[in-house]
Amino acid sequence: MTEAPDTVLARDGDRPAPLLELREIVTYYGEINILRQVSLQVNHGELVCLLGGNASGKSTTLKTCLGIVRPRTGRVVFDGEDVTGRPTNYRIARGMAIVPENRRLFAPMTVRENLEMGAYLNGGGVKEDFDRVYELFPLLHERRSQLAGTLSGGEQQMVAMGRALMSRPKLLLMDEPSMGLAPILVERNFEIIKQVHEAGVAVFVVEQNANVSLSIADRGYVLQTGRVVLEGAASDLLQNEDLRKAYLGR
Amino acid sequence: MDVLALTPWDDWSIFIQLCVNGVTLGSVYALIALGYSMVYGILKMLNFAHGDVYMIGSFLGYFMLTSGLDGPMNLAVPIWLALTLVLLVAMLGAGLLGVAIERFAYRPLRNAPRIAPLISALGVSFFLQNSALLLFGANFRTYDAFTLDGGVLFTKGIFEAWGKDDAIALNLPLLNMLVIGGAIVLMILLTLLVARTRLGKAMRATAFDREAAAMMGINPDRVIMATFFIGSALAGAAGVMVGMLFGQVYHFMGFLAGLKGFTAAVVGGIGSIPGAMLGGLLIGMIEAFSTGYLPEGSKFQDFYVFILLIAVMLFRPTGLLGRADIAKV
Ligand SMILES: Nc1ncnc2c1ncn2[C@@H]1O[C@H](COP(=O)(O)OP(=O)(O)OP(=O)(O)O)[C@@H](O)[C@H]1O
Ligand SMILES: [Mg+2]
Repeated sequence: MTEAPDTVLARDGDRPAPLLELREIVTYYGEINILRQVSLQVNHGELVCLLGGNASGKSTTLKTCLGIVRPRTGRVVFDGEDVTGRPTNYRIARGMAIVPENRRLFAPMTVRENLEMGAYLNGGGVKEDFDRVYELFPLLHERRSQLAGTLSGGEQQMVAMGRALMSRPKLLLMDEPSMGLAPILVERNFEIIKQVHEAGVAVFVVEQNANVSLSIADRGYVLQTGRVVLEGAASDLLQNEDLRKAYLGR
Repeated sequence: MDVLALTPWDDWSIFIQLCVNGVTLGSVYALIALGYSMVYGILKMLNFAHGDVYMIGSFLGYFMLTSGLDGPMNLAVPIWLALTLVLLVAMLGAGLLGVAIERFAYRPLRNAPRIAPLISALGVSFFLQNSALLLFGANFRTYDAFTLDGGVLFTKGIFEAWGKDDAIALNLPLLNMLVIGGAIVLMILLTLLVARTRLGKAMRATAFDREAAAMMGINPDRVIMATFFIGSALAGAAGVMVGMLFGQVYHFMGFLAGLKGFTAAVVGGIGSIPGAMLGGLLIGMIEAFSTGYLPEGSKFQDFYVFILLIAVMLFRPTGLLGRADIAKV
């Protein structure tokens, strides 16, 4: 990555431009430096996972992609366009969506209303959007009039995922989707992620559960105190000794 | 009125009249309380300048009404059109004022400690009161709804009596009907807006979790702005209604009205829209009934209102319809 910021769109040769690219992102909260020169990319249709311990800056990385957090320096390029200075709603309109950490459902609103919020920029979603989500999660159709705050953890995860899919994203950002789920639900959850991915959506997933996530991912990055310390094909990372010690072994 | 209070059995006509007064007052308090509650719901701050927005709305209505007059209390347009225009202009003006207050006095403090916007709100309140004092003077202005269009607002209405010697009477002047009806229409519109529309849902989402709302592409600043506009416009409507009902507007009128609106919001459960409506009605009724049935009620009606506040806070700190049950997940 040596291009100057104003030539970000010029790519060399026939290599396709990635869907999402973070270039040397430096992020601060107040005076505290959280991300230190994070560079990574997610290609069209790829499933990439971001691993890292607590407080390593994973959520901050996703929030930077979406524009909730603004980097001090560095660029965010999405689908061939530098969106660093663009607000969140612009990025969502261009095709990003997120399943936030802890799901962050609108508890006093119904399941259906939560889904509508996912398609907020498309006027609350058309019938096809709901049909698509209900087909993926038939249970949500049953529960559509129930308040989201009264659902079980697994059901809430479905709403969070459905809500993100309502906007027909090109890139789905997911922050620890298996947090707080029973093992069987974690597996089911990753099956759905795989299904979404196979439908052509690029997925960038943050996980602490390296084993499961690497097993379905194409590539992975490992973040440690705000730096990418390891990156590579998921199969290579699964074999990596350091990573095994840090995340997989026990 | 007697020191020893009446009971309803002594005179049903008085009871009915107090109900009319209570519901009328309650409608006005409910409108004020709604703005308090909506702003609290979305920003978790008490907008102490809200009563003064109501005061400005009342003045706006006054100036509209007097400017529309063709000779002493002769309207240039039909009265229904005049009243609608007065109401709409006061609502628009108050709404824009609310938006400006949020933009310049609260938004810069969005990430400051919670006490900062409160102090800013008090500052805005003093600023508005003193601006009104400077611009409009210290004397009372009179809406003089009594003589408006030959006094139809008071001479028309429902005036019925029943029973022996017409012992049970109902006096419901047109003005009270308009105030109650207008408040009900506004509250129905608000309820529909919040429940059904895209903006209403965005308001609820933002009130519950601002960052999550932003993650869905909602622009929280816009939603907050709309909330201030709507809440302030309702206060402006209340200002016109009170001007018409009690005749007098002055620069300090927002203080007590703001306090009552706040009390109504808290009693109903601050942050809850039906709560604000219920709280407003309750406070209006208590105020009216205390003038009739409680010792020294006509002097101490405010005392009884605040007793209610304290009692509700002791036994139900979340307010009557407030909920602590659905916490953030
Ligand atoms: N809004 C904020 N203001 C100040 N500091 C913050 C804020 N959000 C996060 N931090 C700090 O930034 C650091 C990185 O946070 P981040 O949420 O990105 O970590 P994470 O890798 O997602 O951790 P976890 O696995 O626990 O979710 C943490 O030390 C956290 O305390
Ligand atoms: Mg995190």
